[in-house]
Amino acid sequence: MKQVTCCENQTACGLKKIFWYLGGFLFLIGLYGWIDRLWYGHLHANYGNVVTWGLWVSLYIYFIGLSAGSFLISSLVYVFNFKQFERIGWVALLTAIITLLMALFSIWVDLGHMERAWKVMIFANFKSPMAWMIWLYSAYFLLLLVETWFLLRGDLVRQASLSGLPGRVFHFLSFGSPAPSEITQKRDLKIVRILATIGVPVAVMFHGGVGALFGVVAARPHWHSGLFPILFLLSALVSGGALLIVVTSIFQKGFEANRDTIFALGKLVLGLLLLDLLFQFSEILVAFYGGIPSHVEGLKLALFGPYAWVFWVWQIGIGTVIPVILLTTKTRHQVGWVALAGLLLVIGFIGMRLNIVIPGLAVEEIKGLTTAYVSTRVATNYFPSVSEWLLSAGIVGFGLLLFGLGELFLSKENKLTEDEV
Amino acid sequence: MTQQKKKDHQETEISDSVAIKTRRDFLKNLKDVGACALVTAIASGGIMSSFLSMTDAVASAPGGSRALTKRKYRYGMVIDTRRCVGCKACMVACKVENKTPPGVSYTIVSSHALDRPDEKPVFTTKPCFHCEHPPCVDVCPVSATFKRDQDGIVVVDYDRCIGCRYCITACPYGARYFDFGENYTMTESGPFKKIPSPEYNQFRKREEGSSPIGNVRKCTFCLHFQDAEGRYDKESGRWPSCAKTCTGHAIFFGDFNDPENEVARLIRERQPIRLKEELGTQPNVYYLL
Repeated sequence: MKQVTCCENQTACGLKKIFWYLGGFLFLIGLYGWIDRLWYGHLHANYGNVVTWGLWVSLYIYFIGLSAGSFLISSLVYVFNFKQFERIGWVALLTAIITLLMALFSIWVDLGHMERAWKVMIFANFKSPMAWMIWLYSAYFLLLLVETWFLLRGDLVRQASLSGLPGRVFHFLSFGSPAPSEITQKRDLKIVRILATIGVPVAVMFHGGVGALFGVVAARPHWHSGLFPILFLLSALVSGGALLIVVTSIFQKGFEANRDTIFALGKLVLGLLLLDLLFQFSEILVAFYGGIPSHVEGLKLALFGPYAWVFWVWQIGIGTVIPVILLTTKTRHQVGWVALAGLLLVIGFIGMRLNIVIPGLAVEEIKGLTTAYVSTRVATNYFPSVSEWLLSAGIVGFGLLLFGLGELFLSKENKLTEDEV
Repeated sequence: MTQQKKKDHQETEISDSVAIKTRRDFLKNLKDVGACALVTAIASGGIMSSFLSMTDAVASAPGGSRALTKRKYRYGMVIDTRRCVGCKACMVACKVENKTPPGVSYTIVSSHALDRPDEKPVFTTKPCFHCEHPPCVDVCPVSATFKRDQDGIVVVDYDRCIGCRYCITACPYGARYFDFGENYTMTESGPFKKIPSPEYNQFRKREEGSSPIGNVRKCTFCLHFQDAEGRYDKESGRWPSCAKTCTGHAIFFGDFNDPENEVARLIRERQPIRLKEELGTQPNVYYLL
């Protein structure tokens, strides 16, 4: 009865296995990256003084995008009463928490002095969008935790009656709450609804604020656009929705059981993706028509520069064209293909985030800067180093494992409920 | 005549202050205050001051004239590109003075070829411009970089900087550099490494993992040469090292608040330009073409 692997069917079980192996593998190779980062600091990182933010910052905005996106989709359930997504409501919240944690790690290792991260809470400069981002991050994180706790409290209390260590852990997690009744269940759900409602503007401000963090930088014309905060939000919704497709395909009894949810998510993601595309197209078109050299320079780099493959293959190919085809042609009626579209979108949007950060930075702010002072740290070309890649993989692996564990133990459809019923 | 008198007066003052006290260190003061206060006091103080600075910025936004008048000095440079031969002695002097590691150079000399074949290229030396409205200062999440009230020099508090590098992205002039912790192989060991950098009069030993490694660094107009009153002295060599060493005398340094000063006269009488005026940063470094 207490079997851990309770797969409904073979494919879902296989996917779960792949998930665990992948998570473990990435986590292990990530250890090298961690050791390298903690031991040698930034010595083995390839960013410099021109391209001063690299893979880690790109991943940071990618992860918070996933988090904000999946949270906003969960709010469809708790704020707007979308019954279609009810099954995945709490998984979406869990996804939002885990991806937010992954974001925290990727930006933390990027700091020159990791041990001083606390200073941003105390010496916050409210003129800085980054300070705002950090405060909103904290508020959003706290809200997520509290909302999830209220959502799961009933289950936590129920599982606290388990014997041995698990029972004690669940007892601790429930903070000794009394046994749930009709009334408390209702009250909890009401609290969840209120928190989710507050969470919507917080998540919008938080992720839109990160877009603003880039958008306000007048020195980088590639970023300096009013579209940026909105582009960030749209991309968040697309990538977050796509991630939820992947999650529901593997977890919560697998994709056979969640057909309807996945199809609904697929439609939602497709719409958002097309809107996102429209915004990006508008951004590119306006810039090229205006033709102001500094404004076009970053775009030229992204579209025709040395890393054009990130744009054409990664972002447009994997992250846009194939998913759009999968979601519009006959394949949209087959759950497997929709799930694949979700996976491709999740991967493709990493490329999209890379294309925001790196071409925006990889231009000489003063003509002749890189030839006036010749150094690998003062150069416009950037490719992440081995330790950057490995540490990033480690963060992904960590996130996967943590999510797997969370899903396993906090599962709303756990075994005890069946006994009770 | 008045100028001569003033200069004499200044000189006696300088010799007094140099002889008697050690130079005041603004950053150090800040740190001491922080250490004495309770954490909560710092918290409220830090946050309060950021709010205050916000309102202050709003009040003084048009033209920034308020900030200018209350400032004792307004240090800046006038760089005559016709006198610059592109020898890069300023870069070397800066490197030696501030002991900057590889990948960090507070000033650079870029050359811009002209279309006419018979002309030498235009060389420009480019330190930090210590803008009147520095975008780097606004974006710093912890206010670790700020514009000094007394002389408008933009500095970095190495003990507060968390190394997020947002200021590097925000600077339109590429004047900021991150210290990755690299060393020149020649100086990896040996006497040069043992000499601390005089930056900010802090004389830090650049050891693994400790500031300024992992911080953003930038030109300070060699403010460690200032006396207690915040003045430089050209005669005795207490002068920004790039200006001091310039072979063609292309770098003029001085106080724009003093109308008698060389730099103030130059921008009055000549046709100076500043880089990227359209961004509204109002640099304090002017170029003569």
